[in-house]
Amino acid sequence: MSASPKATATSTTLPTVNSAPPSRLLRSRASRWIATILVVAVVVIFFSVGNDDWFSIVNYTLIAAIAALALNVLSGYTGQVSLGIAFFMAIGAYTSAFLGGNRPSSSLDPLGLALPFIIWLPAAGIVAALVGALVGPSALRLKGFYLGIVSLSLIFIGQYIFLNARGITGGPQGRTFPIPAIGGAAFDQQNAFFGLALTTGQQYFLLNLVVLTLASFFVYNVMRSRAGRAFQAVRDNETGATIMGVNLFEVKMGAFVLSSFLAGVAGALYASFSRYIAPDYWSLTLSIQFVAAIIIGGVASVWGSILGAAFVFGLPLVIDHFNWLPVGGSGIISSSDLNALLFGLLIVVFLLFEPGGVIGLARRGQALTRRFNSHKEGGESAEITDLPADQ
Amino acid sequence: MAYFLQIVFAGVALGCIYALIGMGFSIIFKASEVINFAQGEILLVGAYIVSSLVFDWRLNFILAVASGVVATVLIGLVFERLVLRRMIGRPVFAILMITIGLDTILRTSVIVKAGPSPLSAPAPYTITDGFNIAGVHLGANDILTIMVTVVLCALLYYFFQFTRYGLAMRATALDQEAALAAGINIRTVYALAWGIAAAIATVGGVFLAMGTYSIDITLGSAALLAFPAIILGGIDSVAGAVVGGIIIGLVQDLTAGYESKVGVLGMGIHQITPYLVMILVLLIRPYGLFGTRKVERI
Repeated sequence: MSASPKATATSTTLPTVNSAPPSRLLRSRASRWIATILVVAVVVIFFSVGNDDWFSIVNYTLIAAIAALALNVLSGYTGQVSLGIAFFMAIGAYTSAFLGGNRPSSSLDPLGLALPFIIWLPAAGIVAALVGALVGPSALRLKGFYLGIVSLSLIFIGQYIFLNARGITGGPQGRTFPIPAIGGAAFDQQNAFFGLALTTGQQYFLLNLVVLTLASFFVYNVMRSRAGRAFQAVRDNETGATIMGVNLFEVKMGAFVLSSFLAGVAGALYASFSRYIAPDYWSLTLSIQFVAAIIIGGVASVWGSILGAAFVFGLPLVIDHFNWLPVGGSGIISSSDLNALLFGLLIVVFLLFEPGGVIGLARRGQALTRRFNSHKEGGESAEITDLPADQ
Repeated sequence: MAYFLQIVFAGVALGCIYALIGMGFSIIFKASEVINFAQGEILLVGAYIVSSLVFDWRLNFILAVASGVVATVLIGLVFERLVLRRMIGRPVFAILMITIGLDTILRTSVIVKAGPSPLSAPAPYTITDGFNIAGVHLGANDILTIMVTVVLCALLYYFFQFTRYGLAMRATALDQEAALAAGINIRTVYALAWGIAAAIATVGGVFLAMGTYSIDITLGSAALLAFPAIILGGIDSVAGAVVGGIIIGLVQDLTAGYESKVGVLGMGIHQITPYLVMILVLLIRPYGLFGTRKVERI
């Protein structure tokens, strides 16, 4: 049951869920198939029975998951504290608005070039990444907490710019954002694709799901590549990473730019789905919500980003949907406040007791059951099952 | 000229508040290398408690401030004892994040407890009092702010230079292991740092509220302007926090006073000039005016 020395050497940097020894490879591949089939089944069932309210909840959650993934690239995998994600989402949103928005019909309307969806969505990410590359050097050259403080100032500087750049942001009143359209079929109307009539919510759902899936696979695979291992080496030990030949500045910039790109795409999708946003939406609170999402869901984990986004952004919508909280009167807590209180507490509790978040808990549970099973079978010892395996 | 002097005076008073908050940041940072993102909300909680004691319980202003200080010091101590002490040796990332967790808890508690509408700011006199010298209005709250800051700075100076625990704190900041070896109780030092920081933050919060005549939920983010102050002054220098605070206060009030005369700048640039100064400082001299040069560039 021993892995070859080479395999262990390359894989110790990356502990993953898939930590079964070779003899269990088949079983683990089977379980992965089962998991995939389950996810697809849930998506299909939801797609056919969900109503508009539920599609709205799920769409916001999916978009939030993309942004949480963006923050996880920077904070979870690379260990750089950032409170600036709301700023980069805003850059993406306003890029999409400028490129894809309707041409102004009067001089008071915000600008728009009415370019097609296929241009403004990628452009949102690219422009956010460029802005990230521009502001990165001021903060990333300094070790420690400086990025946290500089990214904090980005939020406030952003608010100032967004309030004043009326031509693009609409000023304090805000502006509308473009609607994705494929071949003339705009998502705000019911459209038939391949003979299937889809509502607005369903169309956005498919779009968001595709983007999230692409982003997830991309991040997951980058983190298993040379670049991703460099990210994680920088997080775990900067001095050690430097000795191994990692260029700290390049790696931090790479993570920052990738994170900004994903945040920009998420911002454009969010703005498009909510149709109308005023500049004060892109606040420090929004950034903190994403920080909470990755800590609760799981740092340095793709599934953790998704779970965290569901908890921080989806749960209050679900609570409101079912009216679980009493309405009106004084001293009654709103769902977003209740949620904020809850995630504030959970940040503290998780960081104290399970820094891996919900995913960390799950991994711990998995390791326990595996240990239990291996004892039951009288097979290999518990230590071996904990070794990270070949990728 | 009178206009300029007026602005300078107000800027110094505002800077004193940033100095108070900034000193809290750097005292905690020196003792334990923790940047406390929750400082702003500790201040908010303090100001809320003082306000509700003055207006709802009809308590004397001085007594109310004292109770507010006691309450926030308790919050600081409990958080330090129950949470941060378990985080010693963990990555900077986790420690910063956990203070953000505290920040969220405190802010939401205030929203839930007090509702969305702002409270009025407590003051020991009519809040618009003051007198005029050569066309410059010296507001009573500004004068009091400056006086209290001077007194607090003197007290802290005395504490750090001439008392047993002040010496212990300086020794710990210099070299934690050597301090331990010399028999200094590091736990007491941490607790003292959090207690002092919470206490002066509350005092700063009361004055900050007087400046805007009301207390609402954004008071905490106004306190974040102490970050530029400590970066400018040097993050591990308590004296630097005072100098940085006053410079930042001046910069902010001067831009606020003159931004309307420079049309192209748009509205509210005074809210970000401190941050622009900070980014400039980080690019040129990241250890600030008085900080030790141990900031590492890569």
